[in-house]
Amino acid sequence: MLLSLFANLLGKLSLKQLPHDPVTAVGASMIVAVPILLAILLTVTKRWKWLYREWLTTQDHKKIGIMYIIVAVAMGLRGLADVVLVRAQQALASGNSHGILNASHFQQIVSAHGTIMIFFVAMGLMFGIINLIVPLQIGSRDVAFPFLNATGFWLFFAGMALINVSLVIGDFAATGWLAYPPLSELAYSPTVGVDYWIWSLEIAGIGSLMAGVNFIATILKKRVKGMKLMLMPLFSWSVLGSMFLVVFAFPILTVTLTLLAFDRTFGMHFFTSSYGGNMMMYVNLIWAWGHPEVYILVLPAFGAYSEVVSAFARKRLFGYTSMVWAIWAIVVLSFIVWLHHFFTMGASPDVNAFFGIMTMIIAVPTGVKLFNWLFTLYKGKLNLKTPLYWFIAFVVVFTIGGMAGVLMAVPPLDFQFHNSLFLVAHFHMMIVSGVLFGYFAAITYWFPKFFGFKLNERLGRYAFWNWLIGFLLAFVPLYILGFMGATRRLDHYSASLGWQPLFIVAAIGVVFIIAGVVFQFLQLVVSIWQRNNEGMSHKDPWDGRTLEWSLPTPVPIYNFARLPIVSTRDAFMAIKKAKLIDNRPYEPIEIPKNTPLSILIALGAFLFGFAFVWHIWWLVVVGFITTVLSIIVRSMDEHPTRLLSAKQVEKMEQSYKEAAV
Amino acid sequence: MGDLATTSLSIAKSNRKIEQIENDNTTLFGFWVYLMTDCVLFASLFATFVVLRNNTFGGPTGAQLFSMPYVLLETMALLTSSFTNGLALLSAQKRKVKQTLFWMGLTFVLGLTFLSLELAEFHKFARMGDSWTRSGFLSAYYTLVGTHGAHITIGLLWMAVMAFYIFKRGITRVSLKRIRMMSMFWHFLDVVWIFIFTIVYLFGALHA
Amino acid sequence: MSKTKKRLGIVSFLVFAVLITAGVYLSHVNIPVLQPRGPIADKEFKLLVLIVSSMLIVAVPVFLLLAYVVWRYREDNPKRGKYEPDWEHSRWLEGLWWAIPAILITIVSVITWNASYALNPYLPLKSSNKAITIQVVSLNWKWLFIYPNQKIATINYFELPVNTPIHFYLTSDAPMNSFWLPQLSGQIFTMAGMQTQLYLAADSMGTYYGSSANISGVGFANMHFNAISVSSTSFKAWALSVKDKSPNLSMNEYMMLRQPSSIVKNVNYSYPVNCLFNTIINSYMMPVANGMGKVGV
Repeated sequence: MLLSLFANLLGKLSLKQLPHDPVTAVGASMIVAVPILLAILLTVTKRWKWLYREWLTTQDHKKIGIMYIIVAVAMGLRGLADVVLVRAQQALASGNSHGILNASHFQQIVSAHGTIMIFFVAMGLMFGIINLIVPLQIGSRDVAFPFLNATGFWLFFAGMALINVSLVIGDFAATGWLAYPPLSELAYSPTVGVDYWIWSLEIAGIGSLMAGVNFIATILKKRVKGMKLMLMPLFSWSVLGSMFLVVFAFPILTVTLTLLAFDRTFGMHFFTSSYGGNMMMYVNLIWAWGHPEVYILVLPAFGAYSEVVSAFARKRLFGYTSMVWAIWAIVVLSFIVWLHHFFTMGASPDVNAFFGIMTMIIAVPTGVKLFNWLFTLYKGKLNLKTPLYWFIAFVVVFTIGGMAGVLMAVPPLDFQFHNSLFLVAHFHMMIVSGVLFGYFAAITYWFPKFFGFKLNERLGRYAFWNWLIGFLLAFVPLYILGFMGATRRLDHYSASLGWQPLFIVAAIGVVFIIAGVVFQFLQLVVSIWQRNNEGMSHKDPWDGRTLEWSLPTPVPIYNFARLPIVSTRDAFMAIKKAKLIDNRPYEPIEIPKNTPLSILIALGAFLFGFAFVWHIWWLVVVGFITTVLSIIVRSMDEHPTRLLSAKQVEKMEQSYKEAAV
Repeated sequence: MGDLATTSLSIAKSNRKIEQIENDNTTLFGFWVYLMTDCVLFASLFATFVVLRNNTFGGPTGAQLFSMPYVLLETMALLTSSFTNGLALLSAQKRKVKQTLFWMGLTFVLGLTFLSLELAEFHKFARMGDSWTRSGFLSAYYTLVGTHGAHITIGLLWMAVMAFYIFKRGITRVSLKRIRMMSMFWHFLDVVWIFIFTIVYLFGALHA
Repeated sequence: MSKTKKRLGIVSFLVFAVLITAGVYLSHVNIPVLQPRGPIADKEFKLLVLIVSSMLIVAVPVFLLLAYVVWRYREDNPKRGKYEPDWEHSRWLEGLWWAIPAILITIVSVITWNASYALNPYLPLKSSNKAITIQVVSLNWKWLFIYPNQKIATINYFELPVNTPIHFYLTSDAPMNSFWLPQLSGQIFTMAGMQTQLYLAADSMGTYYGSSANISGVGFANMHFNAISVSSTSFKAWALSVKDKSPNLSMNEYMMLRQPSSIVKNVNYSYPVNCLFNTIINSYMMPVANGMGKVGV
C-alpha cells in the first residue's frame, strides 16, 4: 500500500529507467561525473562562494555571455561525441555487420546530435557573443533588461540540463531532430524520449524568447546618444534582424511543442493520424519556426564576418547600406519559404513553385553580402590571421552549400534530394561554415577584448586546417552518397549499394575535425600560458574600429565610465583619428544588484519539465510554484539596482588605467 | 569651486531622473515587444483552430455545442472588466490609492466571473463526453480558448500581487509603470477574446 | 616565396591524387540520380545539369575574385595593390551585384515555375501504352504494393513493364514515409489518412533500388524495396503466376502484416481484399473502423 503510493508519487519513473547498455552507460556516467568533479574541485579550492557571487547570481551581460559560451562549448563536445558514434556506426554497419549500436539507440543519437548542435551549441555561441558584444558596440552601460537576460540564460541552462538528464534517466527521442508526428506521437513513440525533447526545447526556447525581447529593446532603446541606426556597427544590425526573427518565430515553436505535448500527455488530437488530427500541420508549424531559425543563427555570424573582414582588411566595410538592406530582405524572406522543407508532400505545382522561387530570391541578398565582403578586402591591407582564414573558408564552403541549396529550391530537383544525404551535406555546409566558422572567427577576434591577450596564431591555424580538411572529407562524400540514393538516419545498409567506402571517408573526416578541436583547446591553454609574452597582451590588438575596443580590459561592470561621443560609423576609429581626450567629470552609475532569483525561476522550470516528462504531478506543481513565487518576490524588490558614486567610478577607472600600464 | 561641484552634482541628479524616465520607456517598449510575441502565439493557435475546425471525427461541431447567449455573457463580463481596468489606470495616474484599489478589485471580480463561466462551460462539455480527446476540433477549441483563459488567470494573479504592492507602498513611479503594463496586457486579452468570439463562436455557430 | 610554392605543390598534388582516386571509384559504382532509367528521372537529371551550370555563372567569379583579392592584397605581398582604407561605397558596383544575381534568379525562377508544372508528380505520363495502377502502402516496416487490376499484391518489391506509365496511389498505415525510386523518379510522401499520387515509367529493363527517405521507427533502415522493370510479356506472365500461386491477402492477413516487423524478403499475395487501399485510408478518417481494429492514433 505504502509502496504503491510511493510508486505513484514517482509517476512513470522507476529504477528500470537507468541505462543498461554499455555505450549509454559510458555517456551517462560522463554526464554524472562532470558535475561531481566540478563540485569536488570547487570544494577543494573553496570557490563555492566565489562561484555564487561572481557567476550564478550575476546580472552582468559580459559574464552571462561567457557562461553561454562555456555551456555551448561543453555541449559541442557532447554533440561531437554523438557524431563519432554516428559516423562509426555508418562506416561499419554495412551488409552482415550491424555496427556498434542498435537502431533505436542510433536514432536517439542522431536526434540528440541535431537538437544539441542547434539549440545548445549554435544558439549558445550566438547568445554568448551577442551578450558580450552588442551593449559595448552600441555604447551602452547595460542591456535593457538585465534580469530578463539572466533568466533567459538560466532557462537555456535548464533546457540543456534536461536534455542531458535524458541520457541518464530514461531515453531520448528517436524521431529525428524535429520529431515529426505521427512518429513522435504516443502510438509510435511510447517512451519518454520525445517528452524530454519537447520540454528541453520548450524551456530553452522560452529563454531564447526572453533574450530576443531583451536585445530588441537594448538595440533600439539603449544606443548611446548620437549613434543613429545607420551609424550602428553591422554586427549589431544583424543581431537586430536576428532578434526580430526570434520574437516572431519562437512563439510558433512554443505553440507547436505544447500541442505535441498535449497530444502525448492529455490524449489530444492535433497531429495524430486519426481522430481528426493533422500531421502536416505540425510539419508546417515546425518549419514556420525552423526556417527563420536558420537565419536567426546565421545573421549574427554574418555580422561577425562583417566586423572581422573590415578589421582585418584594415578598411571600412564596403557597401554598408546594401548590407543593412540585405539583412532586412533576408529577415522578411525567411518567413515565406518554409514550405520548401516538404515539397514532397504533394502540394500543387503553383504552391511548390512559389515557395521555391521565394527561396531562391534569398540568394540575391546573400550574394550581395558576399560581394560586399570581397570588395571590403579589395584595396585593403590584409592582416591574414585566423579570423580571416575562417572567413575565406566560409566563402568557399558557403558558396558550394548555397548552390546545393538553390538546387533543392527547385521543387522537381528537391524530389530527388529531399531527406537524402545530399540534403544533410547541404545544411551542414551552410550551418557549419555560416554559423560555426563565423563564431570561431568572432571568438578569435574578440577574445583579447575580454581576456587581455590574443589566442596563439600558429595553433589556431593548425586547428583551422584540420577543421577545414576534416569538414570537406566528412561532407563531400555525403553529397555523392545522396546522388547514390542514400537517405539520412540509416543505421544499416546493404553492402551491394557500394556506399561503405564513402562512409569510411566521412568517418576519417571526423578524425580530422577532432584533431582540429584538440588544437583549439591546446590553443587556449598555450595562449593562457604565454599571455604575458611580448606581443600577446593587447588592449586593441587589431586596431579596432568599433566602440568595444575603446574600453579597458577586462571591461568594467558599467562598461562606459563616460558615455562615448558618436557621430560617424566606425566610431572608435574616428575617436582615435581625432585623438580625442575625454575629460568630462565622472557621473554616478546605476548597476543591477546580483540576485539568485533568475536561477530559482529556471530551477522551477527544470523541475516542471522533468516532472511533466515522468508524469510526477505533485512535482509539476512544485516547479510551477517555485517559478511563480520567484517572479512575485522579484516584483516586490524595490531596489534591484545599486548606485556607484562618481568617486567610486573614478577610483575603478584609475585602477584599470594602472593595470593597463 | 564649490559652486561647480554642486552644479555638476545637480546635473548628475537631473541626468539620473532622465535616465529613469528613459528606462521606464524602455520597459514599456519591451512589454510591447512581449505582447507581439504573444500575438504570434495566439495567431499560431488560431491557425491551428481554423485548420482543425471541421475535423470533428464524428463528434459534435461548434454549432451543436456553443450557446451564443452564454458566450455573450462571458464577453460582457470581460469587456466590462476592461472598462473598469481603464478606470483603475486613470485613478492611479491621479495617485488615488483607494480608488485604484476599488477599480482593480472590480476588474478582478469581473475577470474571475469570466473565468468561472469559461470553466463551467468546459466542464459542461466534458461531462457530455465532448472532452478534448474526442476530436481534433475539440482539442483545438479547448487549447485556444484555454490558453486565453490561462492568460486571464495570470492576469488575475498579477492584479492580486499588484493590489498588495499598492496597498503596502502606495502609487509610486514603479507601481504606475506596472499598472500601465497590466492594463496593456488586459486590453490585449480583450482583443484576443474578440477574435475568439468571432472566429470560434460566431463562425462556429454560423457554419452549421 | 619558394616555401609557399613548395606548399602549393604539395597541396595540388594531394588534391589531384584525391580527385583521381575519387574518379576511379565513382566510375565503378552505381549513382542512381545521375543515371536515370526513366523519362521523369531523366528530365530531373537534365534540369539538375541546367541549374548547376547557371549557378556556376555566379559561383566561379566569386571563387576567382576571392583568390585574386586575397593574393593581391595580403599585407606581405611586395606587389600589393593600392591601399584605400576609406573606399567604402560604389553605387555602380553595388547596383551590379544586386542586379546580376537578381537577373540570374529571375531566369532560374522561370525555369523553376515551368519545371514544377512539367514534373508535377500528379501529371499523367503520355504514352501509347495504357498506364498500370499500383497502390502503395507503407507499413511498419515494409512496403505493400497492390495491383488492383491484376488482383495481386507484393511486399518490398514490384515488377513493372518497361516503357509503360505506372500510376501510383500512395498512403501509409504507419508513420509518414517518403517513397523514393531515384533512377525512375523523385520522392513523394506517404501519409496515413491521406493519398498522394505519382507517375513514372522505366525506359530500360533492370532492377532499381528504392527506399523510404523519412524516418519511421526502429525498422526504418529496412524500408527499402526493388523495382524490377521487365518486358511487357514477362510482366503479364509474372502477374498471372503470382495470382495463381500465392496465398490470399485477406483482412486477417493484412492485420498481421501491419504489425510492426521487418520483412526483408520478397512476398507475393493474390486477390487482395476488395478496396483494401481505400479501407486503409478511411480507417483514419471515420470513427467506425471497417474491421480494421484499433487504428493508429
